[in-house]
Amino acid sequence: MKSFLLAILSLASAPAWAALNVFACEPEWAALARELGGDKLNIYAATTALQDPHRIEARPSLIARARSADLAVCTGAELEIGWMPLVQRQSGNARIQEGQPGYFEAASVVALLEKPARVDRSMGDVHPAGNPHVHLEPRNIARIAQALSERMAQLDRPNRNDYEARTKAFLQRWNEATARWEKQAAPLKGMPLVVYHKNMTYMIQWLGMREVGNLEPKPGLPPTTVYLGELLARLARDPAKAIVRSAYNDPRPGEWLAERAKIPSIAVAFTVGGTPEAKDLFSLYDDTIARLLAAAK
Amino acid sequence: MLRRMWCAAALAAAMLPAHAQSDADLREEVRGLRQRVDELEKSRRAGSNAFNPDLSLILQGTAARSSQDPANFQITGFAPAGNNAGGEVGPQRRGFSLGESELVVASNIDPYFRGQLAAALTPENEIEVEEAFFQTLQLGSGLTLKGGRFLSAIGYQNPIHQHAWDFQDAALPYKAFLGGRWNDDGVQMKWVAPTDLFVELGTELGRGRAFPASDPNKNGVGAWTLFGHLGGDVGTSTAWRAGISYLKTSPQERAFEDGGITQSFSGRSRLWVADFVVKWPSIKLQGEYFRRSESGELTFNSATGDYSSRQSGWYLQSVYQLMAQWRFGYRHDRLDHGSVANGLGLTAADAPLLLTDHNPTRNTVMLDWSPSEFSRIRLQLAADKSRAGVTDNQVLLQYIYSLGAHGAHTF
Repeated sequence: MKSFLLAILSLASAPAWAALNVFACEPEWAALARELGGDKLNIYAATTALQDPHRIEARPSLIARARSADLAVCTGAELEIGWMPLVQRQSGNARIQEGQPGYFEAASVVALLEKPARVDRSMGDVHPAGNPHVHLEPRNIARIAQALSERMAQLDRPNRNDYEARTKAFLQRWNEATARWEKQAAPLKGMPLVVYHKNMTYMIQWLGMREVGNLEPKPGLPPTTVYLGELLARLARDPAKAIVRSAYNDPRPGEWLAERAKIPSIAVAFTVGGTPEAKDLFSLYDDTIARLLAAAK
Repeated sequence: MLRRMWCAAALAAAMLPAHAQSDADLREEVRGLRQRVDELEKSRRAGSNAFNPDLSLILQGTAARSSQDPANFQITGFAPAGNNAGGEVGPQRRGFSLGESELVVASNIDPYFRGQLAAALTPENEIEVEEAFFQTLQLGSGLTLKGGRFLSAIGYQNPIHQHAWDFQDAALPYKAFLGGRWNDDGVQMKWVAPTDLFVELGTELGRGRAFPASDPNKNGVGAWTLFGHLGGDVGTSTAWRAGISYLKTSPQERAFEDGGITQSFSGRSRLWVADFVVKWPSIKLQGEYFRRSESGELTFNSATGDYSSRQSGWYLQSVYQLMAQWRFGYRHDRLDHGSVANGLGLTAADAPLLLTDHNPTRNTVMLDWSPSEFSRIRLQLAADKSRAGVTDNQVLLQYIYSLGAHGAHTF
């Protein structure tokens, strides 16, 4: 009996060499943690690129994984408000509760765009703190990396030199890549886009593109035929170059509009794992820029 | 004219020092400004709802028609969960009616506790405390202690608030064996195992303030539960949970009227519930099986004799997401009268509600439209054979609106 219990426990516990159990709310934070902590971490990604991070349920597997986490890395800014507070409370894990060092919110260390002056649900599912989709801006990633690395060092003192060294190396590679992306993406400057949900805002601002409309009539509400008709009329006056959706969005509304507006409808990864090419943060940016460039031609 | 000259002069004066500065100084200044802006942004964000509890309000209402009078509703053969089991068992009243408006106030109290109140404002202008509890946040080791009045964790649907159900009303076994739901006053201790498979075990001790208990006036524990849940994922698109729960109560003189005569039961009541739920991206399948055994004494018309019963029931329901805003659901529920024995020689003619050998069934379909996460309009049709020999055909149109704090996506 005892050996059976031990076997169950050993199945459950982290690999022996991992110092921290990390519960990443979204794949981008799992990827970032991997860059900064490597084999010192045992990382679990709570969601995939094919799931809408707003609409996750606090399902049993998430509670079970959160139970053993030393560090939860989430976006914050109310992106996970529907499920993460429930997961935290039901896990019975004191380390990852709000206000504890084991709960890290990426959005808390960067400046958020589109902070509404007024919040009312008639505006759709708006986030009072601002747009939470911060990870498609490389300077945000750099800041978050720095803060996350400090947090890991705080929680896992013995390995802090390791985290520091990895973060330094990551930031160097990241800054080089950022310069490269800015050069590659020069033709995207001024490119008008229709985006499914307002989740590309940071990249649009970074690369100087222009968002001329969204397929969602209001944030979080599914597209309707009536609204798409209005959008089509608007595009006749203020044309866009492409319609962009994330891997998890329904392709049909974009295709409907694309056919009538005679512009391409493309899918971008949005986060790591959203396309076969987007395997880590670097390739996520490489792939997204390549897809936008292809649509710009 | 003069004014314009002034402006030009002021502008020139302001520009001049800038010309004198080097690029490096400018960059430094911009960096300083950016930092200040960031700090301001952050301080504003932290202040958003720092000390205000989350408030939410649910508004509900129905328009209903039914071929039988809801006032004489009973689940024949399942005493006393009929019209006199108290409130929430019968179908919605006919015509237009307001549902329960639910006010929820919740917040972290300090780093160690969280508190929540859910009060139902009933259409009869009463306030009913559905939940008012504290919960620990820092016990650790997977443990959580809850105390106060709360929806018990037994079964699958029991801890879910009514407005979040997939059908307007509870399934028949919930009505027959729990009077709709179990929310006792007491304490709950829950433990989540440190495994990748979700394993949750818990127990609740309570007063036994409602059916199947009888609100005893005594020291100590009047009702207790045990529950265990297992759950996990299969691949990336299937999630499941299964559980087993036990509720033990000791009703004393639990009285009800049957065939014009008041009878009462004293003894032990034991309820087992096995539940499961499986979710795929657009389909949810759930089912629960209830088994109750009661033994003790029955008082009927001032005679007292032995009494024992074994009864069961189950339901199976599935909800299918048709399109982005539309869902369709079907539910089948059924009760088995089982065996009801009494030492008084009573027959169904004496106590029809208790002893009629009737197996109630019901079929329900629903279609709901949710324009956003905060609103839902539902059409529900049911053919209800709870009463022996009668089919009650019910049609119901319901609205559910949710105002205020973002609700939780429970599994």
